[in-house]
Amino acid sequence: MRDISMERVNETRKNILEIIESATLTHEQKLTCLANQADSLMEVLDLPEGLDELLNVPIDRKCICDLSEGHAPMRPRYIIPDYAKFLKEGSKFLQLDPPTDLYEALNSLMIFYKHVPSVTNYPVYVGQLDELLEPYIDTVDEAQAKKMLKLFLTQMDRTILDSFSHANIGPRETKAGRLLLEAEKELENAVPNLSFKYDEDITPDDFALKAIDCAMHSAKPSFANHKMFKSELGENYVIASCYNGLLLGGGAYTLCRLVLGNIAKRAKNIQDFKERELPYVLDIMARYMDARIKFEVEESGFFENNFLAKEGFIHRDRFSGMYGLVGLADCVNILFEKEGLKGRFGHDEAANDLGVEIMEIIKEFNLNHKNKYCEGTGGHFLLHAQVGLAEDENVTPGTRIPIGEEPEELIDQLNVLRKFHKYFTSGTGDIFPIDMTVHRNPEYVLDIIKGSFKMDLRYLSFYSSDSDVIRVTGYLVKRSELEKLANGEAVLQDTTALGLGAARNGHILERKVR
Amino acid sequence: MKAVVNRIIPFSSVDGPGNRTAVFLQGCNINCKYCHNPETRKLCVQCGTCVKQCPAGALSFDENGKVAFDPSKCVQCDTCIHVCPNDSSPRTFEMTPEEVYAKVKKQIPFIRGLSVSGGECMLWPEFLTELFRLAKKDGLGTLIDSNGMIPFEDYPELMEVSDGVMLDIKAFEAAEHRKVTDFTNEMVLKNAVYLAKTSKLYEVRAVIVPDLYDTERSIREMGDFLAPYLKINDIRVKIIAYRPMGVREQYSHYQVPNQEYLAYLADILREKGFQHITLI
Repeated sequence: MRDISMERVNETRKNILEIIESATLTHEQKLTCLANQADSLMEVLDLPEGLDELLNVPIDRKCICDLSEGHAPMRPRYIIPDYAKFLKEGSKFLQLDPPTDLYEALNSLMIFYKHVPSVTNYPVYVGQLDELLEPYIDTVDEAQAKKMLKLFLTQMDRTILDSFSHANIGPRETKAGRLLLEAEKELENAVPNLSFKYDEDITPDDFALKAIDCAMHSAKPSFANHKMFKSELGENYVIASCYNGLLLGGGAYTLCRLVLGNIAKRAKNIQDFKERELPYVLDIMARYMDARIKFEVEESGFFENNFLAKEGFIHRDRFSGMYGLVGLADCVNILFEKEGLKGRFGHDEAANDLGVEIMEIIKEFNLNHKNKYCEGTGGHFLLHAQVGLAEDENVTPGTRIPIGEEPEELIDQLNVLRKFHKYFTSGTGDIFPIDMTVHRNPEYVLDIIKGSFKMDLRYLSFYSSDSDVIRVTGYLVKRSELEKLANGEAVLQDTTALGLGAARNGHILERKVR
Repeated sequence: MKAVVNRIIPFSSVDGPGNRTAVFLQGCNINCKYCHNPETRKLCVQCGTCVKQCPAGALSFDENGKVAFDPSKCVQCDTCIHVCPNDSSPRTFEMTPEEVYAKVKKQIPFIRGLSVSGGECMLWPEFLTELFRLAKKDGLGTLIDSNGMIPFEDYPELMEVSDGVMLDIKAFEAAEHRKVTDFTNEMVLKNAVYLAKTSKLYEVRAVIVPDLYDTERSIREMGDFLAPYLKINDIRVKIIAYRPMGVREQYSHYQVPNQEYLAYLADILREKGFQHITLI
């Protein structure tokens, strides 16, 4: 452990006092912030040379960002417990026997969620709820089951105070799945986030339309390309947090992101970017992630001591690193300006081609970089198109076309996006507000999903342009809660504050309605 | 063979089931007071009124003295269609079925079909037949959106490549139909029967303008008239509230019916056995 300056200690103490005195943070939010401040005093990681000037600089120059994971990671960022194993076998540590009916199953899950850590201190994955609950769904009558599911979902919404929490459903139709969709449609809650694993060959149209109807009311589920994820991660994949494809019974040790626009600013021209600046930053970020993973695995003791690992709900060798990026559009546009070229990302063929070339360089780099603790994903990290942070200004999410510059026609937008979704096994996605009239024609959305998944698109979200629950970047918030927070009132969920930042800096309320 | 094309909308959620490309052809044979795209009613007579007034310089006369449109300069201000003395538009293109289909095909596999509307697209039956033939080769659905003033029975080749017709019944009673459109509707009802009997009546549409005609009576009579065919043809009904957007100024004063009234009309049809009723 390295020493730090008294100046930094005092700076931190000032931050701590601000947190304690905050009028808009709830008690739980204060605890989380205080823990982050304590962690920020630690210096235990074996950091690569050159990292400091890429990481610890103002946002307009930052090339690498570690997304508030802290200085001494004591647990993986995202943890994906095998809830099916828990329901089948119970847990010694939690002193729970396997459930025998729907009452016990829901109660057991609610207890378990309390004990699943993550970077947000809330579970980022709450299970494949349809398959988990289907064996118990007929232990009560249907009306009773639906009421219980609604209570269960409301309990989650009010106690998992962070909408990076994610449930999965599909591709197969089940009674539990159908009731969950009905319940979510009626509740219009922000938590949990919900992904529908869709496969045209498995999912009946009626069931998919039910999901779309639910999405038009509550901005979820989003639709995940089941065939694509399955071909990369196998049958046992899940969608967690925003839209991250990860292995069941594993998760992600860490997620760092390249801020591609700022890397482009360092380059003299396109060639300099491709040959010098980008490879330089790619290498430092990979080695930074290696250092974080090494500490988690070798020093933190998490995998030796936490009951999740001890009882086999997670396995160390099913974790991987998420190698993230933001601002491909910014990057391409900056490089084009430097070269005196006119086109913009999303509109100009040459600009889009440069985007693809950059992605190929990153993909190639990742294939050549080995991390011995990422066995589950072939010894490599998984690429991730990160959606941005509330404080990001002039940074576009992942490979998205900037809001306000979307092509006039959705078809043209989809044709650009399909060049990029395929790179991001651990997640990417695009979001489309849909005009009200689609309430009467949900097949419209289904046709777009079917076409998209044939055309290499990975993950799509839709919401009705007039609904209260809306999708910010990957997570959900309520417009009504945003307004409360903007007026200085405390709100329940952490993500509302992130949503407010994104509304101000990321213009998320100004997306083109389709 | 060419038709005058007003517009092609790549993804449409309101022109038939699912996601479809909608093609709008120029020219119409009746005069609905509530027409919400009156600039599609007539073919351009090359008078040039719009050329002089286009603020973006997107319109000019070509070497043959015809109005030419440059889409790259257009700023979508709609001045041209507002100043047109002839209910037409200079922003149209003469296109072959092959040229139109090339623009439709780009949307595969995101669409399940195409719908052709207008204007009145049945003014171009040979063009439609050829366009649909091309679409069918790629497995696309093909729907016609029509006011029913031209006999479908006369175009068996078209009917063969068309999945069905979305037919307007603008008023059931002939005199009322004349009030709404300047024409009576014997042909529309004849078409309705022909299409229903051949299972090609995909949908019937009624725009509800209580100030203009007796909408409740019209819906009742239309229901009685079509109900016998429900067993051979599951006829969908779309009940559309009149809205003033885009309507010519002299006809834009009608009252907009509320959703409760539309729901009341839907209930009338439901009692007569219609199951698929959409309110817009």
